[in-house]
Amino acid sequence: MAAYVIRRVLANVLVFLLISVGIFVLVRLAPGDPVRMMVDPEQMRGGGAAFIEAKRHELGLDRPIFVQYGHWLSGALHGDLGYSYVGHRPVGAVLGERVGPTLQLMGAALAVALVVSVALGVAAAVRRNTAVDYGATVLGLAAVSVPPFFLGIVGIYVFSLQLGVLPSAGMTTPGGGGLVDQLRHLVLPGLILAFVTAGPFTRYVRGGLVDELGAEYVRTAEAKGASPARVVLRHALRNSLIPLITVVMYQIPQMLAGAVVIEQVFAWPGMGQLAVSSIGQHDYPVIVGFALYVAVLVLVCNLVADVLYAAVDPRVSLR
Amino acid sequence: MKAPHRKAAPPPRERPGNGPLLEIEDLVVDFATDDGAVRAVDGAGYAVMPGETLGVVGESGSGKSVTALSALGLIKPPGRVVSGRVVFDGTDLRTLPPRELRRLRGGRIAMIFQDPMTALNPVMSIGAQLREALRLHRPGMSRAAARKRAAELLTLVGVPGAERRLRQYPHEFSGGMRQRAMIAMAIANDPDLLIADEPTTALDVTVQAQVLDLLRLTRRETGAATVLITHDLGVVAELADRVVVMYAGRVVEHGPVAEIFGAPRHPYTRGLLESLPRLDGDADELTPIPGTPPAPGEAAPGCPFAPRCALARDRCRTERPELAPTGPGRASACHFHHELAEEKTA
Amino acid sequence: MTTITTSPAIKKAPSASPRARALRRFRRNRLAVAGAAVLGAVVLVTLLAPLIAGHPPNTVDLYAIRQGPSGAHWFGTDSSGRDVFARTLYAGRVSLLVGLTAALAAITVGTLLGAVSGLFGGWADHVIMRAADIVMSFPTVVVILVLAGIVGPSMTVLIAAIGLTQWPVAGRVVRGVTLSLRDREYIHAAEAAGANAWWLIRKHIVPAALPPVTVTGTLAVAQAIMLETTASFLGLGVRPPQASWGNMLNEAQNLTLIQTMPWLWIPPGVAIAVTVLAVNFVGDGLRDAVTPAGQGGGR
Repeated sequence: MAAYVIRRVLANVLVFLLISVGIFVLVRLAPGDPVRMMVDPEQMRGGGAAFIEAKRHELGLDRPIFVQYGHWLSGALHGDLGYSYVGHRPVGAVLGERVGPTLQLMGAALAVALVVSVALGVAAAVRRNTAVDYGATVLGLAAVSVPPFFLGIVGIYVFSLQLGVLPSAGMTTPGGGGLVDQLRHLVLPGLILAFVTAGPFTRYVRGGLVDELGAEYVRTAEAKGASPARVVLRHALRNSLIPLITVVMYQIPQMLAGAVVIEQVFAWPGMGQLAVSSIGQHDYPVIVGFALYVAVLVLVCNLVADVLYAAVDPRVSLR
Repeated sequence: MKAPHRKAAPPPRERPGNGPLLEIEDLVVDFATDDGAVRAVDGAGYAVMPGETLGVVGESGSGKSVTALSALGLIKPPGRVVSGRVVFDGTDLRTLPPRELRRLRGGRIAMIFQDPMTALNPVMSIGAQLREALRLHRPGMSRAAARKRAAELLTLVGVPGAERRLRQYPHEFSGGMRQRAMIAMAIANDPDLLIADEPTTALDVTVQAQVLDLLRLTRRETGAATVLITHDLGVVAELADRVVVMYAGRVVEHGPVAEIFGAPRHPYTRGLLESLPRLDGDADELTPIPGTPPAPGEAAPGCPFAPRCALARDRCRTERPELAPTGPGRASACHFHHELAEEKTA
Repeated sequence: MTTITTSPAIKKAPSASPRARALRRFRRNRLAVAGAAVLGAVVLVTLLAPLIAGHPPNTVDLYAIRQGPSGAHWFGTDSSGRDVFARTLYAGRVSLLVGLTAALAAITVGTLLGAVSGLFGGWADHVIMRAADIVMSFPTVVVILVLAGIVGPSMTVLIAAIGLTQWPVAGRVVRGVTLSLRDREYIHAAEAAGANAWWLIRKHIVPAALPPVTVTGTLAVAQAIMLETTASFLGLGVRPPQASWGNMLNEAQNLTLIQTMPWLWIPPGVAIAVTVLAVNFVGDGLRDAVTPAGQGGGR
């Protein structure tokens, strides 16, 4: 097991290095002086051209590009992502305070999506070619066809503006607060993100279960006298959920894309909203920091998917 | 189309005196496809007496497996039993409520499948699958008792180191060991009827013999009647008391093994026997039956074997032959079975 | 071994060509047929926009701003007095064009890489498939966001980003087809006759991969339209004043507009949903039609 995990980690580190090269190239393509991106604005204020040149030398920006890359990467790995143009604060700090809200949104949505999609997928697979199955198919397609930002606007129009039952923006009511208030703020963005996520999940659960229900071991279980419920839940579903682990881990970075959009619509103070507003303000250091963060998230999810899969499926030998 | 509710078969295992344990009559099974329904079984039937071993032979697609699966009510969509009767110990299984049917499955009627690799659940340990077989039919059985019994069963079927093996998963077993575990599962509840669907086909030749020995042993241990579905005539000759030959979804000949193999009264049976490699001959001298079976659904009015039959004449192409007695306890579905008999004596 | 020796595969029931069978299966799928009809209508209406719209899409009319739907302006007008109906139709042209081009780019890249992967195997195969895994696990919207954020948003960036991130699906499909072809005799014959890789790709792999690639291509169009509208909604795709369904919704981002002028955001939103849903239904129908029965349950 340990050897397997180490191998997967090393493979992912290699990929991360490749991606970081790509991002580094983008950083250098970005308009603006790299010195400005890397130096504390407080220090910059006093310095003239001579100071900037001194800093350029100090930062190694007059050295070969490979050395520069090494500097940049080791800085990034130590959490030094430079300074935000807009907030004049370290990018790490700016991003850091946005991680929590995004994870909260994604976590809630993921939980709801899993429960709904497993229930719906099982129902559709067991009652194939019935109204339930067609309903699940249509819902699954709708989830990938109706844009989440449109759903968000419709949600705000109906529930916030017409009915006035749910808040339309933010995580809490300013000055208000409390758990109920927070949950009320979470309902619309959370459910919309859950809907978008549950669509593909439902299709995987249904498809996987339909495949497994056709497997011979299912017939064996029936021949043993197991009830239909037991055949589905104890035998087929267990087998079909193993690949779902991978699907879920791969879907988490995709959820981030949904979160970017939904945070924008609902003024949810997460990373996605930060990234979009940073683009509007040409705040390149923050954009780069966001990109690195997403890259790490993607690779960690891939790694966890591999390891979990190996841990859950007895057939996978860890060599 | 629910039939009136029937009482469950009586729990005590008094074997009916003379009657068959399982009787399948005029079974018709269709499979829905894109091009309409295809008839997989076309009026087949046979009887299994208590304690006997019945060999069912035929090429793949002859409907031999489908017929046997109907005995457990295991024909699932796109398959559909259109008509016929499946009577087990006096009870028509087709009209039995699902709950009663489930009590029979794995209880009094058990099944062994062809490929133990795919027929065992890959993510459940062998022990868990054995215990499940036990506890599904003995609700009161404790986990500990089930574990103990599972180990005994595994030892009985010749899997060494049972305690350790119970914790392993199917992929950690060899093909032969997997089939042994499958057999252990099937005999877990001391069945009256054991249906073995090509139990040795997926195995290596050397392992085949061992599994056949094991089947012989379990038959002695449990006294269960056995339906042995195979395309291997050698297996039938070794193990079976009587044989049923199926072709294109119908029974074309049946009777005691020695008599049928010694003096077949159907050209198809004869063709099968002639296609066997002789012990004293080369494999090159095989005489396979020319042609291929009709595709399911290609209905012709006459005898389905006529296009491949050397004896076929006009009557065979227009009139479908029914099973007719050709001696005590045997029958053949050939218009000209008497000619085969004369040929033999001549 | 003493087994029955005559058991060749059962003959297939008599049937028409695969294409005819697929078409018949497709026609039997009501959702797919409905999707095709709706999609045809959407394409027709956007193509005929100059005849139907009645107003130019980008002409500002300060005497007619923020008007509700009326006989003169079926979907009302926006804050600059532009006709929303006309904008919706013309926006459809942009969204469909970007979707189609980007999907085409994706399947072209995918087909080439997949064929190379399958034909050459070994090292190239390993690298390409590993890249496919990684590319696939990156959220495309984020890639667009970062690219557009640094290089600046444009239709070109959008199409390039979608093409570069959506190729792996087609790539895997074509690789699979190539691998199954590679063992066929006529490929060996062609190779022996000195055919080069490019010739094999054009003459053998592309024709064989066409049915499954059509399926992935159709689904890629749906995906690409979603991505275009999402990016444009975030202000990272099609730039105003050119209308796209996404950037029309971008203009409806404050509560007052949402509340008082629903005609601004309902038409483009519904247009996206209906179009993408229709494309997805068609793609799903095509997949079920191309995949033989019994294999369609999977993912």
